[in-house]
Amino acid sequence: MIHFVILISRQGKVRLTKWYSPYQQKERSTVIRELSGLILTRGPKLCNFVEWKGYKVVYRRYASLYFCMCIDPDDNELEVLEIIHHFVEILDRYFGSVCELDLIFNFHKAYYILDEILIAGELQESSKKAVARVIAAQKTSTNLAKDSLVENAKEETGSISNMISQAI
Amino acid sequence: MALSGMRGLSVFISDVRNCQNKEQERLRVDKELGNIRTRFKNEKGLSPYEKKKYVWKMLYIYMLGYDVDFGHTEAVSLISAPKYPEKQVGYIVTSCLLNESHDFLRMVINTVRNDIVGRNETFQCLALTMVGNIGGKEFSESLAPDVQKLLISSSCRPLVRKKAALCLLRLYRKNSDVVNVDGWSDRMSQLLDERDLGVLTSVMSLFVALVSSNIEAYWNCLPKCVKILERLARNQDVPQEYTYYGIPSPWLQVKTMRALQYFPTIEDPNTRRALFEVLQRILMGTDVVKNVNKNNAAHAVLFEALALVMHLDAEKEMMSQCVALLGKFIAVREPNIRYLGLENMTRMLLVSDVQDIIKRHQAQIITSLKDPDISIRRRALDLLYGMCDVTNAKDIVEELLQYLNTADFAMREELALKAAILAEKFAPDLSWYVDVILQLIDKAGDFVSDDIWYRVVQFVTNNEDLQPYAAAKAREYLEKPALHETMVKVSAYLLGEYSHLLARRPGCSPKEIFAIINEKLPTVATSTVAILLSTYAKILMHNLPPDPELQEQIWSIFRKYESYIDVEIQQRAVEYFSLSRKGAALVDVLAEMPKFPERQSALLKKAEDAEVDTAEQSAIKIRSQQQTSNALVVTDQRPANGSMPVSQLGLVRMPSQNMEAGTQGQASSREQGMTDENGSINKVVPQDTPSADLLGDLLGPLAIEGPPVPTVPVEQKDKNLLSALEATSEEAGPLALATVDDQPNSVQPIVNIAERLNALCLKDSGVLYEDPHIQIGIKAEWRAHHGRLVLFLGNKNTSPLVSVRALILPPTHLKMELSMVPETIPPRAQVQCPLEVVNIRASRDLAVLDFSYKFVTAVVNVKLRLPVVLNKFFQPILVSAEEFFPQWKSLSGPPLKLQEVLRGVKPLSLPEMANLFTSLHLAVTPGIDANPNNLVACTTFYSESTRAMLCLIRVETDPSDRTQLRITIASGDPTLTFELKECIKEHLVSIPMQTAPPPAVSPVQPQSPVTPAAYNDPGAMLAGLL
Repeated sequence: MIHFVILISRQGKVRLTKWYSPYQQKERSTVIRELSGLILTRGPKLCNFVEWKGYKVVYRRYASLYFCMCIDPDDNELEVLEIIHHFVEILDRYFGSVCELDLIFNFHKAYYILDEILIAGELQESSKKAVARVIAAQKTSTNLAKDSLVENAKEETGSISNMISQAI
Repeated sequence: MALSGMRGLSVFISDVRNCQNKEQERLRVDKELGNIRTRFKNEKGLSPYEKKKYVWKMLYIYMLGYDVDFGHTEAVSLISAPKYPEKQVGYIVTSCLLNESHDFLRMVINTVRNDIVGRNETFQCLALTMVGNIGGKEFSESLAPDVQKLLISSSCRPLVRKKAALCLLRLYRKNSDVVNVDGWSDRMSQLLDERDLGVLTSVMSLFVALVSSNIEAYWNCLPKCVKILERLARNQDVPQEYTYYGIPSPWLQVKTMRALQYFPTIEDPNTRRALFEVLQRILMGTDVVKNVNKNNAAHAVLFEALALVMHLDAEKEMMSQCVALLGKFIAVREPNIRYLGLENMTRMLLVSDVQDIIKRHQAQIITSLKDPDISIRRRALDLLYGMCDVTNAKDIVEELLQYLNTADFAMREELALKAAILAEKFAPDLSWYVDVILQLIDKAGDFVSDDIWYRVVQFVTNNEDLQPYAAAKAREYLEKPALHETMVKVSAYLLGEYSHLLARRPGCSPKEIFAIINEKLPTVATSTVAILLSTYAKILMHNLPPDPELQEQIWSIFRKYESYIDVEIQQRAVEYFSLSRKGAALVDVLAEMPKFPERQSALLKKAEDAEVDTAEQSAIKIRSQQQTSNALVVTDQRPANGSMPVSQLGLVRMPSQNMEAGTQGQASSREQGMTDENGSINKVVPQDTPSADLLGDLLGPLAIEGPPVPTVPVEQKDKNLLSALEATSEEAGPLALATVDDQPNSVQPIVNIAERLNALCLKDSGVLYEDPHIQIGIKAEWRAHHGRLVLFLGNKNTSPLVSVRALILPPTHLKMELSMVPETIPPRAQVQCPLEVVNIRASRDLAVLDFSYKFVTAVVNVKLRLPVVLNKFFQPILVSAEEFFPQWKSLSGPPLKLQEVLRGVKPLSLPEMANLFTSLHLAVTPGIDANPNNLVACTTFYSESTRAMLCLIRVETDPSDRTQLRITIASGDPTLTFELKECIKEHLVSIPMQTAPPPAVSPVQPQSPVTPAAYNDPGAMLAGLL
């Protein structure tokens, strides 16, 4: 099973955390600190798996953001790696060319989408369409107007670039 | 969507982002937290929208790493909000901030339950998601039935059902009782017919969890899994949205194959054939493609298929395909595939006889040891460790030593330990072993645990031919400028014992040896000083005729340390000083250390324990426990002895050396071949091994196998009290096992048989017995009064085990039939022998397996009790209060109802006791007994004579004294009542057999004036450790 999901930026800023196994508050901070040290320092062209305290962390970098999922040592690593990509593709569809800023300003939506993909640390839905349908159903009350703050921030940082095209 | 358009939140995020530094950020966050606090305090003026906004802000602040505990109540309270937008925020934020052990969650159990049973689908989804993510035991107990209903409901939409499946999985993980096995096997089978692939994916995850702990109940699901796999592999009836880069749901394929790995075999030939066709298609049809995602997904499926093939021990042909594929993978550039190739090759070593093929890839694997990626290096290290044997040990260990120079700190300790273990297990000759360990200490002293150097000292002490060599090596190392402290210890120790053997060599006079050791004295730690003082005393002893100058030097050191701050050092200094003035007596007191009794290496033991510790219930781990693993450590394969030139044996006088002669006799033919090449004839005197009755071993505490016989060397055997005392205290150290003379069998089990048996009484698969040559594993299934055990006999050696004989001695209440056991078990092979059991009536007598085999010339015979125990014929049953009480009343008084007060009970908390009962197949039934300190359990017993018979159990505990309790047992059969009572008693009352601690540190020691404190004396420490 997936014990936790962490999204963390290249600068070590946490963008999303989701814990499926019970971790106390202190443990959570320790885990994030240790994993940042372990993963952010890894160079390119290495494998997407890191062994950590008897677990494995499967991670993938998209532009400036690292998506990390911690699994048991005998879980199927590639399967989880593609769960990450599945998640990113759904984010991409939802936001329309997702970038890190979308996830910063709309972190709550990222949580909501993640809940439609994983429950109990297991994959809940592998159809992007099915997930999109559920989210769309909830969205009817309001329309996803592009927030001017997000747009401004994107322009300022020049980081309008799409994450998925920068998968590493 | 309801979540968007919160301008205040965006502004806040924007502000935080604009902060120039951490301090500014903290100020901005503190301001916001203050604001949120005040707003929450005057809740009246808070609109639902505002409340929602503040809770989101809190989550954001929490992600930044600040403490938001004060707001937990607010988040949780939103769950009870009537409207969807607030409720949603409440559920999501709560499940992010809290974990299952949080008290606040209790407050909302009712609300959550109402949402789950209510008609509002969106509320159902929110509640199921939160419970699935952070639900704990309490949720498990109160919500499981409702969640089950949703999962099997025909009126629920897939959206809800898939969430219910995973929610139930969570609840099951927290409390396995929530899924009642009886009803579920059929239900599961129906659920696997699901057409909606989203639901099926979730259901399959649930199924994997269920089947992992109870295979028997789900045999009927096996064909369904194969069907699903066929459907996906053939891409039949798979909607486009469920294909991922052209691959029909890779996740579902992987999960299904994972589930199949829990079934021991597939007997039905049609199902088997169908499955193998699919597997074959996957193995052959997966190509490397350019698209990363497609490639990953395809290989995720491929690696799972490989694991399944390995598990099924498919035909040789398929296995060799797998090896070929893995060989290809470990050479590719793509790092993920290479990593997984190495990992799976290591797994393959555990399950199959492919070592020789894997060895062909040795060079490639060594290349990976130098890969820039530490993940890959670790895998390579593991694989090299696993594939090492006598033929390649030298190469591999030398690679590891070389790698030690450049290895990351994170890996050095593991690397050092592995190198040391391999050197010990597979050394072609002992001097090489000494070289390796000394190099290890030299290169990575900080990472060499004490066990490692204790072990080399033990080897040197027990092998006289090695002593001058080791002493000379130690002398060489001492000349190096910056020496690791461990090296100082081991060198000083070796030179103290054996430097007199070098006396004629240049630079090795006692005076010179003393001088070079003494250089280190000012800089070493106390524990090393203790060793140096002993060394000086020994140098002094060997210095005959005495050199007054040296004597004076050493004496002055002793005198100096008489007032040293550490008591141990003081005492040594005082004693050595006065002893060394006694002249001849010194020779007796400080004579060479006697040889150590042969024991299992502490290192190997450590490695084994580590394996056992991490062993959980997972398909691969169960496999690796059953299978003889050559990655696991095997004690006897110390060809150090096996290939030692025979002439060396002539010098050996010690009784403990018989063991080595024995092991040599058992050395594999390959090793004998090597000896022959050396030109000496292998004249091993076969030990006439009487067929040992290990039953005594089974029943008695392992640690005390007869009195330790002081094996005092001849020159030491005099009446001198001091010397005798020292020798005894060495020999009778903690854990001192009997010397070989006392042991009728040269082959000793390397597992605690009693413990293993005990464990198997509570679970259905595991290792029953293991010695250096064979491992006997058991896997059992029980259905009513029938049982089917499979004995797995695994030959751990590279030569066959012959004259294998297995005889079952059943007690009168069991009918047992063992299928044919082959007479020969080929090298590194495993044979499976089914054993059918029928239970006639209740009894606690145990069946015995009388097992023997011959290895080279040694006949080994063991008698092992089999875990066919009373509780295996129980099936837990939940009885309602309405059913319970009439039964309970109708069974009045003895002999159908028995009561007993037990004292000296292992102090267990009620949940622990409940767990114990569950593992005994007794269903603990809450809510019948009003007293919370009591426990009521029910079960059905099956035997031929009684058929199904209900048993009722009540335990009354005394919370103020957990060591006593009263049990009452009732059933319709007097024998059953009695036997069940005794059975429970056995498990509740601590039986000294298991808990017998190793005899405490020999009581002789404190009286001994020579070894005042065992802990600092390397000899005593060694005796204790090895």
